[in-house]
Amino acid sequence: MPKELLNTKDFERIISRIAHEIIEKNKGTDDLCLVGIQRGGVHIAERIAAKIKSIEDISLSVGSLDISLYRDDIGMKKSQPTVRRTDIPFNITDQKVILVDDVLFTGRSIRAAMDALMDFGRPAQIQLAVLVDRGHRELPIRADYAGKNIPTALDENIEVQFKEDGLEDKVLLIENAG
Amino acid sequence: MQKDLVSISEISKDDIELILDTASSFRDVLRRDIKKVPTLRGKTVVNLFFEPSTRTRTSFELAEKRLSTDVFNFSVPTSSVVKGESLLDTVRTIQSYGADYIVIRHSASGVPHFIAQNVDASVINAGDGINEHPTQALLDAFTIRERKKDIKGLEIALVGDIVHSRVARSNILCLLKLGANLRLIGPPTLIPNTLPEGIRVFHDMDEGLKGVDVIMMLRIQMERMGKGFFPSTREYFKLWGINCERLSIARKDAIVMHPGPMNRGIEISSEVADGAQSVILDQVTNGIAVRMAVLYLLGGSRNAE
Amino acid sequence: MPNSAFIIKNGFIIDPSQNIEGVGDLLVENGKIAGIYFKNGKKDPKKNGAANKEIKTIDASGRYVLPGLIDMHVHLREPGFEHKENINTGTRAAVNGGFTSVCCMPNTDPVNDNATVTSYIIKKAREQGICNVYPIGAITKAQKGEELAEFGMMREAGCIGFSDDGHPVTNSLMMRRALEYSKIFDSPIISHCEDLLLADSGVMNEGAVSSMLGLKGIPSGAEDIMVARDILLAKLTGGRLHIAHVSTKCSVALIRRAKEQGIRVTAETCPHYFTITDKAVIGYNTSAKVNPPLRTEEDIEAIKEGLRDGTIDVIATDHAPHHKDEKLQEFDKAPSGISGLETALGLSLALVRNGVISMKQLAEKMCLNPSLITGVRAGNLKQGSDADIVIIDQDAEFTVDADKLLSKGKNTPFCGVKLKGLPVITIVKGNIYERQH
Repeated sequence: MPKELLNTKDFERIISRIAHEIIEKNKGTDDLCLVGIQRGGVHIAERIAAKIKSIEDISLSVGSLDISLYRDDIGMKKSQPTVRRTDIPFNITDQKVILVDDVLFTGRSIRAAMDALMDFGRPAQIQLAVLVDRGHRELPIRADYAGKNIPTALDENIEVQFKEDGLEDKVLLIENAG
Repeated sequence: MQKDLVSISEISKDDIELILDTASSFRDVLRRDIKKVPTLRGKTVVNLFFEPSTRTRTSFELAEKRLSTDVFNFSVPTSSVVKGESLLDTVRTIQSYGADYIVIRHSASGVPHFIAQNVDASVINAGDGINEHPTQALLDAFTIRERKKDIKGLEIALVGDIVHSRVARSNILCLLKLGANLRLIGPPTLIPNTLPEGIRVFHDMDEGLKGVDVIMMLRIQMERMGKGFFPSTREYFKLWGINCERLSIARKDAIVMHPGPMNRGIEISSEVADGAQSVILDQVTNGIAVRMAVLYLLGGSRNAE
Repeated sequence: MPNSAFIIKNGFIIDPSQNIEGVGDLLVENGKIAGIYFKNGKKDPKKNGAANKEIKTIDASGRYVLPGLIDMHVHLREPGFEHKENINTGTRAAVNGGFTSVCCMPNTDPVNDNATVTSYIIKKAREQGICNVYPIGAITKAQKGEELAEFGMMREAGCIGFSDDGHPVTNSLMMRRALEYSKIFDSPIISHCEDLLLADSGVMNEGAVSSMLGLKGIPSGAEDIMVARDILLAKLTGGRLHIAHVSTKCSVALIRRAKEQGIRVTAETCPHYFTITDKAVIGYNTSAKVNPPLRTEEDIEAIKEGLRDGTIDVIATDHAPHHKDEKLQEFDKAPSGISGLETALGLSLALVRNGVISMKQLAEKMCLNPSLITGVRAGNLKQGSDADIVIIDQDAEFTVDADKLLSKGKNTPFCGVKLKGLPVITIVKGNIYERQH
């Protein structure tokens, strides 16, 4: 049976906290923009932007980033790769980019995402915000804003559900995903 | 997706749609300042062209380079093929260089099938004889989708030398799979006498263009001249060439396509080629995106079951 | 040397030349047929004539005993193309397929267009062949269609007919001369009927399948037109015309009408033309590339009808062996031809089993008629004839395995096909060969 780790209420609290932390750490919202990693990261980035808007009355630019073309495991996975939309309709050069993802695991997706961002411009800074950090890093990458640290075993799986996809906001731990 | 892309006839509608959807992402990449992605770095592509080609080869080469593959071109005049080496030996040699992809063009139909059966590399057909030119059909479908959203139910006319055209053959197969209504227009000498069901044939261009959404002009190959397929280019243009007046017979929002290189004044007038309804240059750009998608999807499914 | 005698007992003997059909014993002495003895009364061979006390016996109960088969259309490839086949391997393949005589086409290198080459082939066959080999000379020098070859000298050296097989005589005047001139010798002119300009370097039958594969098609008309022309030339000249490898419905109809009109025309077809269609090419299968090309169901039906009603006189193989590497090429580039000697009987027996022709008709088309057309002294079981015999187990099944063919040519589209009917024993001039594999 999958174990529920976070629910709708937890989501709201985490988004709210991260929004505040971002504003605090950056001393406001100047030169900030958000880029969510397809697919979960995009939902979270949009929610953070909405929260910041409600706090500071400032609309930050939000982009979406698909990292398929920057992955390091092409041809190694069994499933057919699908490329999702990348849409960053603003200039990121000299901006502070908050990169947003749902789960931070090995760090490889973040590495790919940073490479992809560099092809769009030269940001002043990249910061990382994640909903869940489940450990097991394989690269020297850490989150600047982490919703919740959840220690996991390697054979376990974390599944994140979003209301944007017609489901209830939820983070589930699935054991022995094998 | 299978290991190879050798023909449209052997891939499903779902595969075609997957390629076209993936191509849109690559179309976006091509609009960026940095048009190169690291996706296939470390992979080796061999462009094996047994027939002269500038456009298709350049398009493939750009697609390959923008995916960060290592590319080498193996063209006939510099190869040992002229020394009498068999095709199979040539291909096995290339395989031994460690090629992950072989992009092949050959004047004999069926050669990509033959090679695909004999190598582990992914084989992509860049045109075989009078058989197929699958990536051209895919880029044409992509271009139509870009302008007309859904291909299903569109009235599409292919005009000219159907019988010797691998572009036409792949397009017919592809567009039928995507649900278009097809008509072929041209002299009886250049229309095949056996066709899939449901295709309408017109020898009268004006009649054939009525109500058409898409006009695909085909290149008249000069080597067909003087062989009795049609008496002269002058007469050909008069009967089956497209000019502004004729274009007005088609639907107002009809688009005009041509796989290139064009023979201006033989199958297409300059006014039409350079006019507002022409999407000929879009086809060229889209060709790179579609070929990137094909390379990407074949590479990604290498270990797929 | 086959100086001993033996007897083939209890076989169902068929010899259309003597109108024989029935269970009996066949006695062979010194490489010759010594007599046929039927069960129902008459003589018992052991008590009669031969005087052999302990005579060797071959039990043929439940089997057919026919004159050794004659294939009037093979390519033995020697001299010049020994990598594809030679006289030794070709004749071994023939015997393995139940054939005791083969007529070999002249498209060798050099072309068999003169008596020297003819003599060479005959000498080679005597030394290294294991069955009778009858060369067919070229109609024109170097098969170029320009000058008549020396029919008379080649005839004297042993040629039994003339053909530019593989290279049709395009010039109608040249074909007329050939038909006229050959009348002196009463030799058949064997015509490979193909209008090359209409065929326009096609590589398979023109139709739905060629359209699907994007391969250049040869319309059936390319054959029909030449069959019609040659029939008209035979009518004009009174020469003896034999149409090789009929593959189309229209050809059959043209030949039928010509025969009705009393024109001297005979015809052959090959097992692949009444067994498989152009669909065999799907997948760019070069082993199904053959000239004339494999056609359609409709053509198959017409050819079967032609075999049934006698329009088509002969089943030949057009055995055209090629080296493996030659077939492992671009479809356009791969040479045409099927290695046919070792599958022909099995494929032809299917016609008997399916009621298309009788066993006697099969014996006519594979023994008697080829001998009548070519004039070779074979194809019968008459007393005193060479003991060329085939014993057929019509129920034996085998699966075609290209690697096991004795021919060097492994190019068969029937690989993996299960055939019924085997020439279990083939006897050439008294020498006994058992079917291998």
